[in-house]
Amino acid sequence: MALVGPSGCGKTTLMRIVAGIEIADSGNITIGSRNVTRLRSAERNVAMVFQNYALYPHLTVRENIAVPLAMRRLSTWQRLPLIGGIIPGSSGKRASIETDVIQAAESLGLGTLLDRRPGQLSGGQRQRVALARAIVRHPAAFLMDEPLSNLDAALRVQTRREIVDIHRRVGAATLYVTHDQSEALTMADRVAVMQAGKILQVASPEAIYHDPQDLRVATFIGSPRINTLSAQADSAGRVHVSDAPTGLHAEPGSLILAVRPEDLRLSPNGIPCVVEGIEFLGESLLLHVRQSSSGEPLVMRLPPELSRPAPGTDIFLAFDPKRALLFHTDGRRMPSRGHIGHAQELALV
Amino acid sequence: MSSAVGLGAIKVTRGAPIGEALAGLMLTVPAGLAYLVMLLLPTMATILLAFTDYELGLPDWNWIGLGNFTEMFEDRGFGVALRNTIIYVGFVTPLSILLGLGIALLIESGIRGRATFRAIFFLPVVSLTVAMAAAWQYLLHPTIGPLNGLLRAIGVSSPPYWLSSSDWVLLSLSAIGIWENIGYNMVLFLAGLTAIPRELYHAAEVDGTKTWLDRFRLVTWPLLGPTTLFVLTITMIRSIRVFDTVAVLTQGGPNKASEVLLHTMYKEGFTFLRLGYSAAITLVFLVMVLGLVWLQTKALDKRVHYG
Repeated sequence: MALVGPSGCGKTTLMRIVAGIEIADSGNITIGSRNVTRLRSAERNVAMVFQNYALYPHLTVRENIAVPLAMRRLSTWQRLPLIGGIIPGSSGKRASIETDVIQAAESLGLGTLLDRRPGQLSGGQRQRVALARAIVRHPAAFLMDEPLSNLDAALRVQTRREIVDIHRRVGAATLYVTHDQSEALTMADRVAVMQAGKILQVASPEAIYHDPQDLRVATFIGSPRINTLSAQADSAGRVHVSDAPTGLHAEPGSLILAVRPEDLRLSPNGIPCVVEGIEFLGESLLLHVRQSSSGEPLVMRLPPELSRPAPGTDIFLAFDPKRALLFHTDGRRMPSRGHIGHAQELALV
Repeated sequence: MSSAVGLGAIKVTRGAPIGEALAGLMLTVPAGLAYLVMLLLPTMATILLAFTDYELGLPDWNWIGLGNFTEMFEDRGFGVALRNTIIYVGFVTPLSILLGLGIALLIESGIRGRATFRAIFFLPVVSLTVAMAAAWQYLLHPTIGPLNGLLRAIGVSSPPYWLSSSDWVLLSLSAIGIWENIGYNMVLFLAGLTAIPRELYHAAEVDGTKTWLDRFRLVTWPLLGPTTLFVLTITMIRSIRVFDTVAVLTQGGPNKASEVLLHTMYKEGFTFLRLGYSAAITLVFLVMVLGLVWLQTKALDKRVHYG
């Protein structure tokens, strides 16, 4: 499960509430079937990977990974530096901790780095230590707070795969907070889109992309941004954009029509637009245009081999009515004809 | 319409031209001069004086080699002063560090009145020690002092003569020293505490620390390492040079029970005018301070800075 939203929308706060670092004013938190709302973070059996890794700088990799095990398996007396070793039962427990630490470290390729300190590791290696510290104790749930945001682009894609692998191997529920929609869409089974402190929609990545229930979800997910056009439905319910019929039907009144850049195409009897600029992205072209009558900007994605219209050229854009989404002017999704299926409602908290 | 951006001939001249180097030298002259006149020359003069029998006002003086030092180590007064100074440092350093840390932790975890408490505990640092010593003299006065008044009120029949009993005087001076240093150490620890990333505490919590002590041992204490090292060095140096409370309150008495290194030096130099001997004591003091700094940076620096 990925929690995605723009900066400052409350994602991290929500995660901290789940982790038990902050206290919810109201509501319940359940992990598995256990209500943990009133439990301390130590008793919730969750592991968290922090944005800045939050490794203990004075401990070696080995000791860092061992901390959650030592805190759980050893008593306060057994953890004391000198006399801890002579307390009965301590050496057996320490050996089992050592075994688990090495296993977790090996599974993330940290076997040779066990005696280094975090300060001697690269960003990617620190990230792995943080992950190892999380998986070592087999928690009921993983919480990851933007774990990739401090890595460079190449490493990010690689670590993304590794996190998905770990998730598959360990199988524990994972809540993944990110502001990067591509991470959310690629990694998660379910995506929750959050904005201004509210969860707007929870659904599969496909449903979030193709079937957003709120205009804010539609505009947040997808790059470049989904195109929005102001439209009118006449008394017969036919939807028009700039007096051109679209083939869509809705309740009479003003509404917003949204269509993704890749769903626009050139057509001689489409909406008249003026080309403003072209961006070459390698695998495609982005055509920035402005609608002639209303002045609304639009972006369309074209195959790169197409001949490029010069800026200032008049062109006509059309779209498949089945691919267009209709929204009320307040942002709620409007059922439209030609559209099949409804997103399932899922509660997160 | 074409404009070219050339990346061809960019040459970087290494080393500054002579004029610039000269200007740099000129700019360091005021600081260099101050260092020379205020620190280096007096230190050199002291070192030279330490090997003479120079007395202020006497027309002639002689090189006496290590004479001052042999006298010093045979002199019972110097031995007592050295022992008292070490005891004083031994009391003041650990206690003022522990209490300063404790108060810093309490203030840091408190929700209200942080600025007020900070100001209260920092007050002794900014107030004039000589004036405060007068206040302590009154507080610790054997007959009219509030402390003994309180002790008598709770049933202690003959409370100690804090500053005039040779058993208690060093302890009383140490207590004043601790009171002086706590505020300073507290402020340093407060600064150290704010530098610890909050995320580490969150991680510690998720990792299963249940008690305050767990978190202190896992995060606070190790991450305060560099601060603690600095506080340790500073407090030792500040307490080894104890002088003003001794000079105002006891003049080293009774019967040398509170005689300390700097006070001995002061007496020899400015009361008995034996500048040569006084310089020798100063030299011993200087060696002790430098030794402490060297020891602490060498021995501990590696263990508290996590690379």
